[in-house]
Amino acid sequence: MIPAAFDYVRAESAEHAISLIGQHGEDAKFIAGGHSLLPMMKLRMAQPSVLVDIGRLADLSYIRDAGDHIAIGALTRHMDVETSSVLAEHVPLLAHAASHVGDPQVRHRGTIGGSIAHSDSASDLPATTLALGATYIAQGPNGTREIAAADFFQGFFTTSLEPDEMLTEIRVPKMNGAGWSFQKFNRRAQDWAIVGVAAWRRGNESGVGLVNMGSTPVLATSVASAISSGASVADAAELAAADADPQKDLNASVEYRVHLAKVLVRRALEESSK
Amino acid sequence: MQIRVTVNGTVHDSDVEPRTLLVHYVREVLGLTGTNIGCDTSSCGACSLHLNGEAVKSCTVLAVQADGTDITTIEGMAAADGTMHPMQQAFMENHALQCGYCTPGMVMAATSLLQENPNPSEEEVRIGLEGNLCRCTGYHNIVQAVLAAAGGQ
Repeated sequence: MIPAAFDYVRAESAEHAISLIGQHGEDAKFIAGGHSLLPMMKLRMAQPSVLVDIGRLADLSYIRDAGDHIAIGALTRHMDVETSSVLAEHVPLLAHAASHVGDPQVRHRGTIGGSIAHSDSASDLPATTLALGATYIAQGPNGTREIAAADFFQGFFTTSLEPDEMLTEIRVPKMNGAGWSFQKFNRRAQDWAIVGVAAWRRGNESGVGLVNMGSTPVLATSVASAISSGASVADAAELAAADADPQKDLNASVEYRVHLAKVLVRRALEESSK
Repeated sequence: MQIRVTVNGTVHDSDVEPRTLLVHYVREVLGLTGTNIGCDTSSCGACSLHLNGEAVKSCTVLAVQADGTDITTIEGMAAADGTMHPMQQAFMENHALQCGYCTPGMVMAATSLLQENPNPSEEEVRIGLEGNLCRCTGYHNIVQAVLAAAGGQ
């Protein structure tokens, strides 16, 4: 399968990339590692007329301790997130979740910013950064702005990024020793999660993100509210799907997804509470 | 678009269409057909090769994205005098192939794995090769070969 023809331009800087995307209009797409976009282009599910290659913007590949949070450049590859000693110390949930993305070859190419901007609700990192209360930095022609993860995911493959904005950085609060768990339920190695759960807990504070439980990654706020008001893990987990809108597909019915979410949230909270 | 890549130590300058996939470039332009196309959907790993020393799935990389990189395919693994790479030797000694279709990708993924984790456990080898499918289901001997190659390094 070969993608439909497109024009290819290479960005030399973030500013250049934004100017190129503005110049080429709405049919242009950024490409970083290409591991979400190229498969869709091969299937003709995406048919951009222009690709703006941002894959060489090495200055957007970094993981830095920024005090109360870790700043991760959007072009940082999954493999670098997975093996980062800074993340292992301060945001181990994210490093671990990154190790579940695809397979090693995919993680050598795919980037955290690409995964989040692509906004597939079945992907691991959008829901994980959502659970962690991340902030995303978007750069446009008029400068940068911060977008809370909770405000970012608008619908099926749709984000609050403007057409001429680029995701440049992901800021993830330090976990400060919170317990955590990542549960991914699938039938085959390297598959997307049928349902996945990213969770952390520190006393009565918690965050729970759901993978593949709706058209967007889902923040299970009802679960976190129950935990904060002293509910048991078992009782809180019963609310796992309260904020979700799961769809049926080849792998699971709606009822099965709801069941999986409850079981996986319970397991995740149990592990996070140790 | 004009690209320059180094493949198995040889520099190639080529004019490629932007939509040319790297696997088609190495197979059809350079004639290096050791890299196989299996699923063509970045699942099976048959097309794995090394891009700047790391295994990637060449069906999911554009040739233009590889401009300026150093690529190694299965043809570049043996020494100039024909001596097999230790991983190839281990695959042979452990009978780690049946039909052989997945083998080039398995060897490229396995060598990349050992660069990142030189002494993996059996479980780490199995997880590390999750991006490569063997439809003969000959995984047992493949895992043994990778462990043998790791032990012999």
